[in-house]
Amino acid sequence: MNRFEYVRPRTIAEAVSAAALPGSAYLAAGTNLLDLMKIGVARPARLVDLNHLPGLDAVEHRPDGSVRIGAAVRNAALAADPAFARRFPAVAEALLSGASAQLRNAATAGGNILQRTRCAYFADPDSACNRREPGSGCDARGGENRLHAVLGWSEACIATHPSDFCVPLVALDAVVEIEGPGGAREVPLRDFHRLPGTAPERESALAPGELVVALRLPPGADRFAAHARYVKLRERTSYAFAVVSAAAGLRLEAGRIVEARLALGGVAARPWRAEAAERSLAGAAPDADSFRRAAEIALADARPSGENGFKIELARRIAARALALAAAGTPARLPALPASPFASAPSGGLHG
Amino acid sequence: MSMSVTFTINRAPRTIELDDPRVTLLDLLRERLDLVGTKKGCDRGQCGACTILLNGRRVNACLALALSHDGAEILTIEGLAEGDALHPVQAAFIEHDALQCGFCTPGQVMSAVGLIEEGEAGLDPERVREGMSGNLCRCGAYRGITEAVLAATRAMGATTEEDAA
Repeated sequence: MNRFEYVRPRTIAEAVSAAALPGSAYLAAGTNLLDLMKIGVARPARLVDLNHLPGLDAVEHRPDGSVRIGAAVRNAALAADPAFARRFPAVAEALLSGASAQLRNAATAGGNILQRTRCAYFADPDSACNRREPGSGCDARGGENRLHAVLGWSEACIATHPSDFCVPLVALDAVVEIEGPGGAREVPLRDFHRLPGTAPERESALAPGELVVALRLPPGADRFAAHARYVKLRERTSYAFAVVSAAAGLRLEAGRIVEARLALGGVAARPWRAEAAERSLAGAAPDADSFRRAAEIALADARPSGENGFKIELARRIAARALALAAAGTPARLPALPASPFASAPSGGLHG
Repeated sequence: MSMSVTFTINRAPRTIELDDPRVTLLDLLRERLDLVGTKKGCDRGQCGACTILLNGRRVNACLALALSHDGAEILTIEGLAEGDALHPVQAAFIEHDALQCGFCTPGQVMSAVGLIEEGEAGLDPERVREGMSGNLCRCGAYRGITEAVLAATRAMGATTEEDAA
């Protein structure tokens, strides 16, 4: 790890001011940043430590129906907030399917959305990686790439965003609240992560020195609570990143789907909202045919970026599975293995 | 530049001068305080060998900067027993043969203490296994570990509605 200057601000204004100097990085839990510093992928000259800032760790259920999640709220604390878990069960399920209990006790909401890709070539300073070292190339293209992107990738970069939390959040129209040198602003989560294009090093909408202070779910985002699930296919049952994942929310009336939400994880450099698929479900019967059709639409533009064509059909099946599980109803208690496709299936089967 | 940090470690106040901001809680415990029961396995948050309780919650000490947690309360494996009386989790690990080489054991034990305190797993073996998945055991003692955690949960009376399951 490189040596760095350590700064401990006491207010958001102090933090933003300290981080205005080039080479600065904000430090929250450090579960991702310290790891990357240990392997030489991140080498900040200055760490602006957010751990002593007051006021960033509250979950506020507001009178207008919105929810504001402070950027420093720990993953485990958010999933354990009874009102939050009741109103946004797919978000809680996604949180509890991620990492380990130790990491969930440390990792923050803001850090989760800003976590870096788990591409092995990004994590290896001796490999070519346009995301880490612009212009150096992409060793993932001809390398071990079975877990890489199938949507929204470019010749410059085929990495995926690894977050589970972001997948249901983007399905529910979450908004990112930001403070920075230019004042406060907000960005929809769906526009927060950039697709790589020709500049994969520009990972998010944040300008230099800007700080994520909160995530917000808009009024009414809890209207899917009765039919909301997250499903995550992993190479191990627990403590693994998604190969592919899906968050689904449905509103059902008189046996028909009134409104649907669907987003995919592990398939692109951003949590992938599938709006055309959602539209195809409006007015449809909540059955296997509708769900398979929606899944086909969600992956219509997918193409392999390497030895990962299998992920496209897996993503279709996980999307259909998440929709079928959502239609069956949110369980009263999360299953022992949150988001696992190996949990018991609703009667009647999942794929028709 | 030297910075002073203060912790309550195993119920005793400690003040430590740090000449380097890079020190993690793991290195603070092992290198500065000679509390080497907390193990350095991967040093990257993947194996769980360095699990401690930080303000009552289990975390990976290797991925926590000491300066970030100035003022915190820390419990390590050294602070678990009351004199010669083992903590129920320690006793259950011995009783159920929940280890072979023992390197991961302090982390397993601290993680189990945290798990039981969280109260979500109860006596459901599947929830115990899921809740302990952040602690790897190279010797594959998982069966004994699960049995030990369940036995300790029973011994500590921290049962839930899963009791009947």
